[in-house]
Amino acid sequence: MVSIRPGPVNVGGIQTPNHLLLAAGILGTTGASLARMLSYGAGAVVTKSIGPEPKDGHAGPCLAILDDGVLNAMGLPNPSKDFVEEISPLKGKPVIASIYGGNPEEFAMVAEWFRGSAAAIELNLSCPHAEGYGAAVGSDPHLVEACTLAVSRLGMPTWVKLTPNVTDITAIGKAAERGGASAIVAINTVKAMRISTGLRRPVLGNRYGGLSGKAIFPVAVRCVYELYESCHIPIIGCGGVSSADNVLEMMMAGAVAVEIGSAVYSDVRVFETIARTLYADDGVPAHDLVGCAHG
Amino acid sequence: MTLWGAPMGDQVPRTVTITGIRQETPTIRSFSFDSPFEFAAGQFVMVWVPGVDEVPMALSSANSITVQKVGDATTALFSLNTSDRIGIRGPFGNGFFQGEKMLAIAGGVGAAPLLPLARGDRAMTFLLGARTETELLFVDQLDECTDLQIATDDGSLGVQGFVTALFDDLNFGAYDRIVVCGPELMMRAVLGKVAEIGIEHRTEFTLHRYMKCGVGLCGSCCIDPSGLRVCRDGPVISGDLLIKSEFGQYMRDASGRKQKI
Repeated sequence: MVSIRPGPVNVGGIQTPNHLLLAAGILGTTGASLARMLSYGAGAVVTKSIGPEPKDGHAGPCLAILDDGVLNAMGLPNPSKDFVEEISPLKGKPVIASIYGGNPEEFAMVAEWFRGSAAAIELNLSCPHAEGYGAAVGSDPHLVEACTLAVSRLGMPTWVKLTPNVTDITAIGKAAERGGASAIVAINTVKAMRISTGLRRPVLGNRYGGLSGKAIFPVAVRCVYELYESCHIPIIGCGGVSSADNVLEMMMAGAVAVEIGSAVYSDVRVFETIARTLYADDGVPAHDLVGCAHG
Repeated sequence: MTLWGAPMGDQVPRTVTITGIRQETPTIRSFSFDSPFEFAAGQFVMVWVPGVDEVPMALSSANSITVQKVGDATTALFSLNTSDRIGIRGPFGNGFFQGEKMLAIAGGVGAAPLLPLARGDRAMTFLLGARTETELLFVDQLDECTDLQIATDDGSLGVQGFVTALFDDLNFGAYDRIVVCGPELMMRAVLGKVAEIGIEHRTEFTLHRYMKCGVGLCGSCCIDPSGLRVCRDGPVISGDLLIKSEFGQYMRDASGRKQKI
């Protein structure tokens, strides 16, 4: 397996010490938890998605661990503006605030709260199980462009996380690009369901949820590959990354960095685990690999 | 700890049928079900009341949970009858580190995760506290298998006061491990006492925090300032890790906002 030369990385307008970032929704509810993941080697951390009003989230069950992935429907629980104080001790650290809203104005309002406390903003235009938010907004290219523009014009690095639950993800990626996104994050979870055969009802309280983990890695690689062909802004690969070889594969598809989420289930120190295999002083520069599977 | 790369394994909730319901106190019931779980005392399960919610509960035996009626899910659970079905995920988290001469300290429904230790002859002494005599949990069972000492807030049975009122006559040096479960302010008082004697590192506390995933992913139960996940790194946590922490001060609600205790 090829190794990558370690060193600082420029990812969508911010600098990180490595290519391995903590994905939104994983251990991102408290400042202390995010600090712990940074101390465990995450190059940057993305917070739980924060919205215009506090939300308790869906009734449980909210999650089921499956053979090869994780099914969840948390329902965007968040403390809203209180979260600014939550991450204030992390000022200056590579913390990306994930935000959601129902329209461009809400996105701009929430993004503005994090001016000065977050290194970048990630727009959650992709949560598959929150009515009126996430993928409900993120599958409409016009809304994606408008929401992205509302945040990018504030002058903060603006990442847009895409849903794979659309016919053509490149149309959404191009809309984010037109809206002035600094980077695209692909992908959020794949809309999914399991049913309890014993109780004869869907396992999740919300019935529908999103699938993450190894099961969706091939979907994520395909999406990153398609986006690399049609967009010019950097792509951050996300979806089932759980090994150093997965990171290389994402890079070859076109990703400049990756976000890691579900793999934290098996190993809370997954960032260090992957970095040990991924990096070597005599490795190749990462940019030699990015997109090398094209052409 | 599961190693990276290990298979995850399907963990959709297991369906169990309620086979017995026992009224333990005016506010506490035990629900037993048809299939047992392999577990260590102190571990918890996520109990799914279909159509309502899923909440963390201690196992009071391999095939029972003991529950106080406190919210929507537990109220719904109390409306169920034998032969009704519920879903269970788990067991999750870490159980108690077991010693040779253990002291168990319980308040209210906190006796639930400590009962298996006593029934397994692991608890040399058991301090049991409750608001009043009728709310004392598992008195007969505990009396059979351990040296049971009782305190009630109103003095209706045993010593009057918190379980800490029983400390004066206790020789802490006689125990190699201390395990505690109960209301957080009571547990904080116990932590203060054991820290005073310098034995907080061999005292374990069972934390209760709002949980969503139960498996260490979502972060809703993380405590300050360590970021430890109560569901995965706990729920049993050593006292030395709690002294300078949110323990006894505040916890977060479902939205993640801080609530004073």
